Amino acid sequence: MSAPAVDAPSTLRTVTRTRVRGARRRRLIVLTLLVLVAAAFATSLMAGHTFYPAHDVLRVILGEDVPGASFTVGRLRLPRAVLALSAGFGFGLAGVTFQTMLRNPLASPDIIGISAGASTAAAIAIVIFSLGGTEVSAVAIAAALGVALLVYTLAFRDGVAGTRLILIGIGVSALLDSVTSYVLSQAGQWDLQEAMRWLTGSLNGTTWEETVPTVLAVLVLGPVLLSQARNLSALSLGDDTASALGVRVERTRVVVIVAAVGLIAFATAAAGPIAFVAFLSGPIAARLVGTGGSLLVPASLVGALLVLVADFTGQYAFDTRYPVGVVTGVLGAPYLVYLIVRTNRAGGSL
Amino acid sequence: MSATGTLRAPNALPMRRSARVRVVWLLVLAAVLLVVMTASLALGSRDVAWSDVWAALGGADHTLEQASVAKRIPRTLLAVVVGAALGLSGTVMQGVTRNPLADPGILGVNMGASLAVVTGIAHFHLASASGYIWVAMGGAALTAGFVYAVGSLGRGGATPLKLALAGAAISAALASLVSAVVLPRNDISDTFRLWQIGGVGGASYGQLGSVLPFLAAGFVLCLASARALNSLALGDDLAAGLGERVALARAVAALGAVVLCGASTAVAGPIAFVGLLVPHTCRLLAGVDHRWLLPLSALGGAVLLTAADVVGRIVARPSEIDVGILTAILGAPFFIHIVRRQKVRSL
Repeated sequence: MSAPAVDAPSTLRTVTRTRVRGARRRRLIVLTLLVLVAAAFATSLMAGHTFYPAHDVLRVILGEDVPGASFTVGRLRLPRAVLALSAGFGFGLAGVTFQTMLRNPLASPDIIGISAGASTAAAIAIVIFSLGGTEVSAVAIAAALGVALLVYTLAFRDGVAGTRLILIGIGVSALLDSVTSYVLSQAGQWDLQEAMRWLTGSLNGTTWEETVPTVLAVLVLGPVLLSQARNLSALSLGDDTASALGVRVERTRVVVIVAAVGLIAFATAAAGPIAFVAFLSGPIAARLVGTGGSLLVPASLVGALLVLVADFTGQYAFDTRYPVGVVTGVLGAPYLVYLIVRTNRAGGSL
Repeated sequence: MSATGTLRAPNALPMRRSARVRVVWLLVLAAVLLVVMTASLALGSRDVAWSDVWAALGGADHTLEQASVAKRIPRTLLAVVVGAALGLSGTVMQGVTRNPLADPGILGVNMGASLAVVTGIAHFHLASASGYIWVAMGGAALTAGFVYAVGSLGRGGATPLKLALAGAAISAALASLVSAVVLPRNDISDTFRLWQIGGVGGASYGQLGSVLPFLAAGFVLCLASARALNSLALGDDLAAGLGERVALARAVAALGAVVLCGASTAVAGPIAFVGLLVPHTCRLLAGVDHRWLLPLSALGGAVLLTAADVVGRIVARPSEIDVGILTAILGAPFFIHIVRRQKVRSL
């Protein structure tokens, strides 16, 4: 090699500078997202058919009795906004976890049938067995884990190929969706809004009883997943590389899958499979912060922001109250098509 | 043809089956269809005696039993024609795209027809079935073209997996648009729900009459393409070498398939997986010669849909399971089986 040696110190400086700039940009964007989430949360508490100023809302949150606001904000808006926040956070986090682990943006839990499993189980538990509360969550988790295991097993043949997993997941979803439709058609009284909850996700009529389990799940499982961020990035380089980097591959994978599926199941049991949030958050976050770092935190914030904004839009922007899942579905659908077009163009490993 | 994920199933089977085997299967399927149709008239949430079935077929509706049989007649006929249309259009789509995963449901064509119909009902005050049909076929054709365009981008052209993925994604996209259109309209949501699940329960002679001309045209187009489909199966170059006008042949066959599935979606809602199950089964029975395969799949589709309708009526008595749900429960595992058999490059 007689080529002139690279000017090592200057290269080092460039790399360091780029990294520092990248990290600063990341921090800035995460901070902006945090502010936006907080603003969306505050807006959905204050605004609506009646406007309550911030200090009224604060007094309600602190437990004081404010005429009018105590009911509207405390009973209606607060549980709904908290559920939107935590479900969105959970969907975003779980979605990007799957996408990173399987190295494919289409491998998000709402496309490969995991959300559909939780939703079918919840619909069966509620409509046919008249269960409620934690039992529904438990059934949803068991079903979601079962579906994840089933899809993974069916897709396994000399290793799991991403495309096969996705298509098998789509098949399983089709099956589960038709079971959900049947179960809903058996419900004594057909209620479109209630049915929409299990078909596309809805926050209408949210109470604290539904919200609390999801919040707890996010508080417990969120940190578990976030603590695995580094291992997850290593895992996305391939099993061999990851174990060479000192990651205990199988253990990490089991922990990550169980935690992510748990998040999906809790959020779905409360709000239904809010369409495309798990699928969209990761790619949007990647667009914002660039690749290189872990996407877990930005993607969860994007998820929370998406659900909060979509729910607010669905409630007040049109003559009809659209469930949040319809809004995210209409927003997400073109993006899904675009993503497929781009993947096919880029080389078509699909 | 591309290197990965190409179609294997038809080539693995012998091209020629002796004519006797095919005739036997054709007769067997026709006989099964007769049995299933009889069952569809005689079985249901209300038990009826055979004498009542005969009387009702003769036009009598003096008793409750006879009246309920009389209501089952259009339903049975609708199941037969819609099943035949879906089976046939599935086979033609698989032939045209040379893709074992092609099915009007999987490729999103049904969902395109649904969106068009729903938009028509909600915003353009369509009320008659004859109005639906044109709109449904327009939606089906647009979606078919779009899915094929998206699926054939990039390396390798329209491989089965790319096409199925594009179809599933576009179908999901269209499904959210459908719910956005329907939700604000409480007045149509109930009609729509029944239609959306996919069923033949609300059949009437008027519906049958309005859809028959379209189905007939579709059947003629598809059956006339049999020889062209045989040439296309050899690959475009060879087909052109055999004197086939490839683009024209493909367009005619695709038009036939789209007319069939658009029209059947307009009357029976989006029914998935019939067009997937039937062609594969029929190929196992009679080989890959489309001149035999096409009529066989029409018969097979009719048998499958009518049988699914009967089963749906019996297992959930006194209510019913809609036929679209049963075909999904039967068809999805089959879809998974075919995906598993495909060679997929590991990412």
